Amino acid sequence: MLEKTGVPDSEQIKKITPPEERLKKGPVAVVECFQNIPCDPCQYACRQGAIEEFEDINDLPVIDHELCNGCGLCISECPGLAIFVIDATYSDEEGLVKMPYEYVPLPEKDEEVTGVDTEGRSVCGARVIRVQNTKALDRTPVITLAVPKQHLMRVRSFVRKGGE
Amino acid sequence: MLKPEIAIVGGGPAGLSAALSAVRQGAEVMLMDRDPALGGQLVKQTHMFFGSKKEYAAVRGIDIPGQLLAALEEEGADRFKPYTSTTVLGYYEDGVILADKEEQALLIEPQKVIVATGAAEKMLPFPGNDLPGVYGAGAVQTLMNVYGIKPGSRVLMVGAGNIGLIVSYQLMQAGVEVAAIIEGAPRIGGYLVHATKVRRAGIPILTSHTIKEAYGKESVEGALICNLDENWCAVPGSEQDMPVDVICLAVGLIPQTELLWQAGCEQKYIPELGGYVPRRNEKMQTSLPHIYVAGDVACIEEAGSAMVEGKIAGLFAAAELGYDEKVEERYKSYIHELEELRAGPTGAKIRQGLSRLNGGAEIC
Repeated sequence: MLEKTGVPDSEQIKKITPPEERLKKGPVAVVECFQNIPCDPCQYACRQGAIEEFEDINDLPVIDHELCNGCGLCISECPGLAIFVIDATYSDEEGLVKMPYEYVPLPEKDEEVTGVDTEGRSVCGARVIRVQNTKALDRTPVITLAVPKQHLMRVRSFVRKGGE
Repeated sequence: MLKPEIAIVGGGPAGLSAALSAVRQGAEVMLMDRDPALGGQLVKQTHMFFGSKKEYAAVRGIDIPGQLLAALEEEGADRFKPYTSTTVLGYYEDGVILADKEEQALLIEPQKVIVATGAAEKMLPFPGNDLPGVYGAGAVQTLMNVYGIKPGSRVLMVGAGNIGLIVSYQLMQAGVEVAAIIEGAPRIGGYLVHATKVRRAGIPILTSHTIKEAYGKESVEGALICNLDENWCAVPGSEQDMPVDVICLAVGLIPQTELLWQAGCEQKYIPELGGYVPRRNEKMQTSLPHIYVAGDVACIEEAGSAMVEGKIAGLFAAAELGYDEKVEERYKSYIHELEELRAGPTGAKIRQGLSRLNGGAEIC
């Protein structure tokens, strides 16, 4: 399916979803990388050693959810922009999704936006909690959105209101 | 007559890496490129590269020429002579290269030549493909990312290989709408992470689809697209009208081998490698021992492997001139990198092509 449409299927997403108990402990990275391609920067990005060392540069990243502290350093290091950090402990109703976002203009903090899924379809309203665009991120800004908890594994980008 | 030890034709990722490798060995290098800036296609690659962290992965293409040039400066600025805005016109039987540098003729008689001329874009035949508004993806990328000019307001991308996917993404970044990416094959050819990136931006990818015709009075006003069945035949009644003002073709690359033909290098038609490609040994040396190749001219692949091939070609061109310090050790590390890059499923086509090129025997 993914090879035909460019959209990962629910089986693929299920496989990389962190276990419920881990989600209760705080932020954790989700790596949506499903194809063996020669690419390895993620394993060097992690200072916790949570992305297991590759035997072969074509290996898929395997994340040790216990070692991952959800810091998000890996997000802007992934050339495929395929890494997200989700945090189910933000509030009772809402969780956070941190994502790479390489479009201009960047949203403002507290802006209300529409969260979209892997097909660009509207999922829910979302609020911009943080906009990071430091030099270290090297032109891959990281945006943190607050979304209803049930959509943490669905919202993967957003559109600004009034814009496209 | 200029008499450099090594002349390199093409200052893209392969040519620049070859220069760095040869200069590091101690050789004196003249590098020619027809563009005013070195870097080849890198100058418009605003996205982060894949590959090995050791070999510029996660670095943006646009930042790589600067890094290579800084390394060249450090290794031996006096031995590196770049000639930009210099077009090589011919290679003569007496081993002389004729080049044009801003309407001034240059005659060059090098001891070794490294041809790193890259590739050219393929065209697709369909009615209306000569209308203004039909572009190659390379041209669209140059307009946007080098000159800051939008090619139009709504684009149909033809081809879901890496170039089609990446250029679609960069069109979105430039604020241009992409109506759809169509692909004749039943599967997306490029890296799937590029595909997921454009999909979440709302761009549809239609596999098993092709363009039937482009229409418009003075320039492109739209395209008719249709479905393809498993035999690549148009499905009757499946036509869709797409109002667009740009049709962008990203349907593959062909090695630019003209200089190699002229020099008389042996070549073979290997579809997996992009067409006619030069025979070469593990040193990237062609059937003419003083001519080496690297990058897309040798096989259509990624910039990462082009850079490693460049390092190998530069290493051996220098070594044969007597600058042979640590050749074995360096070759081993380069060939290991190259094998790693090609080891996975996405490298299968390249491995098969290289094996066919060498008459069945596995090379690099």
